[in-house]
Amino acid sequence: MTTTIDPTTRRVPRLGGLNLTVLRIELTRMLRNRRTIVFTFVFPAALFLAIGSGAGTDERVGHGNVAAYIMVSMALYGAALTAAAGGAMVATERAMGWSRQLRLTPLHPAVYISMKALIALILGAVAILVVNVVGLVQDKASMPAHVWAECAVLTLVCTMVFAALGVFVGYLVPGENAMQILGPGLALLSFLGNVFIPLDSGSTLWDIAAWTPMFGVAEVSRAPLTGELPWYAVVNAVAWLAVFVAGAAWRMSKDTARV
Amino acid sequence: MPPRCGSIVGMDLASLPDDRTTLGRPSGPSAAAIRLRDVTKDFGPVHAVRGIDLTVEPGEIVAFLGPNGAGKTTTLDIVLGLSQATTGTADVFGLQPRQAIARGLVAAVMQTGGLLKDLSVRETVAYMASLFADTRPVDDVLAHAGISGLANRKVGKCSGGEQQRLRFAMALLSDPALLLLDEPTTGMDVEGRRAFWAAIRADAERGRTVLFATHYLEEADQYADRIVLMRKGRIVADGSGSQIRALAAGRTVRATLERADHGALSRIDGVESVEVRGDTVLVHAKDTDPVARYLLTQTSAHDLEITARGIEQAFLALTGDHGDDTTATLEGGTR
Repeated sequence: MTTTIDPTTRRVPRLGGLNLTVLRIELTRMLRNRRTIVFTFVFPAALFLAIGSGAGTDERVGHGNVAAYIMVSMALYGAALTAAAGGAMVATERAMGWSRQLRLTPLHPAVYISMKALIALILGAVAILVVNVVGLVQDKASMPAHVWAECAVLTLVCTMVFAALGVFVGYLVPGENAMQILGPGLALLSFLGNVFIPLDSGSTLWDIAAWTPMFGVAEVSRAPLTGELPWYAVVNAVAWLAVFVAGAAWRMSKDTARV
Repeated sequence: MPPRCGSIVGMDLASLPDDRTTLGRPSGPSAAAIRLRDVTKDFGPVHAVRGIDLTVEPGEIVAFLGPNGAGKTTTLDIVLGLSQATTGTADVFGLQPRQAIARGLVAAVMQTGGLLKDLSVRETVAYMASLFADTRPVDDVLAHAGISGLANRKVGKCSGGEQQRLRFAMALLSDPALLLLDEPTTGMDVEGRRAFWAAIRADAERGRTVLFATHYLEEADQYADRIVLMRKGRIVADGSGSQIRALAAGRTVRATLERADHGALSRIDGVESVEVRGDTVLVHAKDTDPVARYLLTQTSAHDLEITARGIEQAFLALTGDHGDDTTATLEGGTR
């Protein structure tokens, strides 16, 4: 602290400030949060055990059985919840002035959002992994190994939709209340999205459900297992991703007008 | 013509070296720490900043004074690159504000917020440190800020004073060449305040520039090399503490007097203004003794009152909402 300050010698960090220390701290931070642990590890696995071990779960569906179908669905539900929670954190951090603090560092805003998305994806992957491991241990789900892997990867991709939803809802409902809306909200969407209970194709409920955000991604995630991918499911998934990303971007741009 | 306190602003700007030639060059030793040129900022129909020219040289300690809504925060946001000027340019060490931030040249300490409650003190500092290309070691920074003992405590469990020390530790991580402070000593006791300013002064001697917003006029007078007063989006005075106080020099004589002779009073040496309101006469003068002598010996004036203006009144006079012309408000300061 005795040397003279020379403004000409300063450097800009590489990668817009992205580094492993930050990723490590962000990750430990998420894993320390009891609510995240419950949503990510406990709840989806417990639901799978509750629903996926009843009668008729060894009936064949596509390339596997009903237990496998339920397992993929529960993994999606867990990953969606986790990613949404991660997304909502972005808004919470803005409300606390942390984003403003970060704007006074070399960290590029796009790097910050990408980093949050990465953390959401990593935790989503953990949620998917937990349900799959429980499925393996329980030994009721059956499908070819490559189908198993394809379903898991597709589920992870679909998780992005809910990371965007989390950011969007986080802005609409600031503070820590976002998860109190996202939790029950995602449960309802999962019910409508054919994730918890199969809806009768052609029923009025099904006609409504086909338009809801969980429906498309659920069909996409299970496509390797069921062997079918209806065009409207893909349209649904892409459209909702666009809606949530646009909503999040819109709220975020409103917010940065006066940081 | 913007309302300015002509003498002070004029003198100050004229005394600054004209280093226009350094503009456009990447930062060099001769680049000003802050250079604002004709900066305006509108929020829809609201004109928050109405044309500011301000140059701060490296190593200066500048106090930023003004009532709420004067445009101080907006101006600081522009210097920090958090907000874009509607018109005009802002340079920090000859760079765009964002470029200066990316090099760790600028740091700011805000009064509230900016912390995550679920991180520990060490995690917070390590997080921030990892974002800069060059930083001081985390443990050194913690020790320097006197929070080594709290390293593993969650930020949410720290007291307000401890959180403020943490904010300082974070701001000093990159050894910034420009430090912006918002009400830095709020909540500090006298001893803490003295120690704080001693540290700031020591850093300024190494070349660190400090710009702080404060409501404590005495603090501005005591610790700043220079005071910049803002009102309604404009700089209304810019000078040293003694120059600002000089604005308030002189006294006002108030007396009850029927049919006061306006001309005779105006002709007394040192009289700056004379105002007659019914039976009351107000005379503002550098030296009020001759005025008082005249009133008491040559007229039937009675109930004489002589009042001096402190820096508080100078501040109120310069920043108060008395009208559009600052010179007029100066004269009205003791009303």
